[in-house]
Amino acid sequence: MKILVITEQRDGQWNRASFETVAAAQQAARDSGATITAAVIGKSVAALANQLAGYKVAEVLAVEHDLLEKYTPDGYTLALKQVIADAKPDFVFFPHTYQVRDFAPKLAASLGRGMIADCVAMRHENGRLVFVRQMFQGKTAADVIFQGDAPWFASFQAGCFRGDQAETGGTAAPRAVAVDLKPEQIRTTPLELFREAKQAVDLTQAPIIVAIGRGIKEPTNLPLVEKLAAAIGGEIAASRPICDEGWLPMERQIGSSGQTVAPKLYLAIGISGAIQHVVGMKGSRTIVAINKDSNAPIFEVADYGIVGDLFEIVPALTDELAKSK
Amino acid sequence: MNIVVCVKQVPAKDAPLAIPEGAAWIRETDIGFELNEPDGYALEEGLRLKEKHGGEVVALSLGPERSKQAIKEALAKGAERGVHVSDDKFYELDPLGSAQCLAAAIKREKFDLVLTGLQSDDHGFGQTGVLLAELLGLPHATIIMQIDAADGRLKLKRELEAGWFQWVELPLPAVLSIQSGINKPRYATLKGIMAAKKKEIATLTRADLGVTVAPTQRIERIYVPKKTKKTELLTGSAKEAAAKLVEKLKHEARVL
Repeated sequence: MKILVITEQRDGQWNRASFETVAAAQQAARDSGATITAAVIGKSVAALANQLAGYKVAEVLAVEHDLLEKYTPDGYTLALKQVIADAKPDFVFFPHTYQVRDFAPKLAASLGRGMIADCVAMRHENGRLVFVRQMFQGKTAADVIFQGDAPWFASFQAGCFRGDQAETGGTAAPRAVAVDLKPEQIRTTPLELFREAKQAVDLTQAPIIVAIGRGIKEPTNLPLVEKLAAAIGGEIAASRPICDEGWLPMERQIGSSGQTVAPKLYLAIGISGAIQHVVGMKGSRTIVAINKDSNAPIFEVADYGIVGDLFEIVPALTDELAKSK
Repeated sequence: MNIVVCVKQVPAKDAPLAIPEGAAWIRETDIGFELNEPDGYALEEGLRLKEKHGGEVVALSLGPERSKQAIKEALAKGAERGVHVSDDKFYELDPLGSAQCLAAAIKREKFDLVLTGLQSDDHGFGQTGVLLAELLGLPHATIIMQIDAADGRLKLKRELEAGWFQWVELPLPAVLSIQSGINKPRYATLKGIMAAKKKEIATLTRADLGVTVAPTQRIERIYVPKKTKKTELLTGSAKEAAAKLVEKLKHEARVL
């Protein structure tokens, strides 16, 4: 059995969820005896392919073409169809990124196959892989199995596997896979990338996040939390209502309609923990919840909790952090 | 511009979900249903494009009899016609199967653009728009935050991760998956609700459409997820609780 991992990069920068998918494949390989092939796609990816070869995988594929410099769903689908024909995998694993959502179901369908997307866990049971995904916005989980013929496609939600625990020590020399693409096959024209806010921040890369919710009550209370964020060295983020109100820019929103993050420390302050928020942060290594309602669902995912008034606890916490430095 | 908007009816957000033992779908009795919120944004975007460029909006829904209510809501807000692909066992369809049914219904229409919401709040597959594009042989784009249409082409603002956006262009006809928050969906007016009663809803079945599905995946069972973490509650005054927390984060969790 063979698992093909499709990694993601943009302009030579890894999407770190790629290594979470490598870790997912390694888990499946340990349980089932499968071998892993990992592929990196772009215009010139030799350096990235060499980095990927440092991970414990049987084979690394470098898929290069001028027309793959910028992502397009047509370009990626046509290229990966050829990679799949070459590698002949049983499973194709992806990180569940916005880009993967944009093309992977199409790639699977173009081969007459299906995809189990946004998996949060996976287990090997009775000689087959069972994929766990969420339904009803996280209120229920579902065990899903593949039917029909391989290859089978699956993507994994950010934070469900530990990228920093993906096994290294690989010895495979990257192999170039030639793909045939023509400009007229690519129907979408990718134009410029841009950020709207001046001080844009990549929350997915922040090691510590201090997130606020409706409990903050008024935008005039924001400085309280900003002081805490400064004291702890974290980035400010929020649940959707705060961004909808315009108290913080949309790019700081965590959750199903915002960003998905998995920092080492996530402080949820005055956030009830509606599933739309929780799906975006539950992969965090350590979660702290501060909320006046002891029944708030945020405590279901929190490692540490303080039940009380955030307007007392947040300043006290800021003081304690300053003292401990 | 003729636009097909795919809408789904899903359990209301606050509906208590009961799962029969070993089942792959919820018990539908005694709960309320509503238009899938992400589809509401797609519908609004379709209506605005029609109002600007002319044409019609067709609301298409796959599901049991109750799904007609989602179509009626679309008609009340300004869609011209509805198409209901009637399927009591819709929950047994995998993403590809659902998309095959919808694609077969869309092929019967004269359209320039197909819109979907980003995902449904029930199954949450998040694949329908992309699959429709493949099955209809059309270009597509997803997570759309702005649509500018001119001269048979669309200029689109796509949301990427981490605060990034990208402009992309593609030719019509096309399929777009709309990001929630792109617009402020309108409410149906009383006049709209009255007018909707005279609007046509065509009903089709999988047999009418000539679709046979071969499942690529199967949901074995659904269940309430087990709580995976034990929360350690830190008590005392604000100062005491804060001091305990800093201690724990430093020496137990080792994240500071």
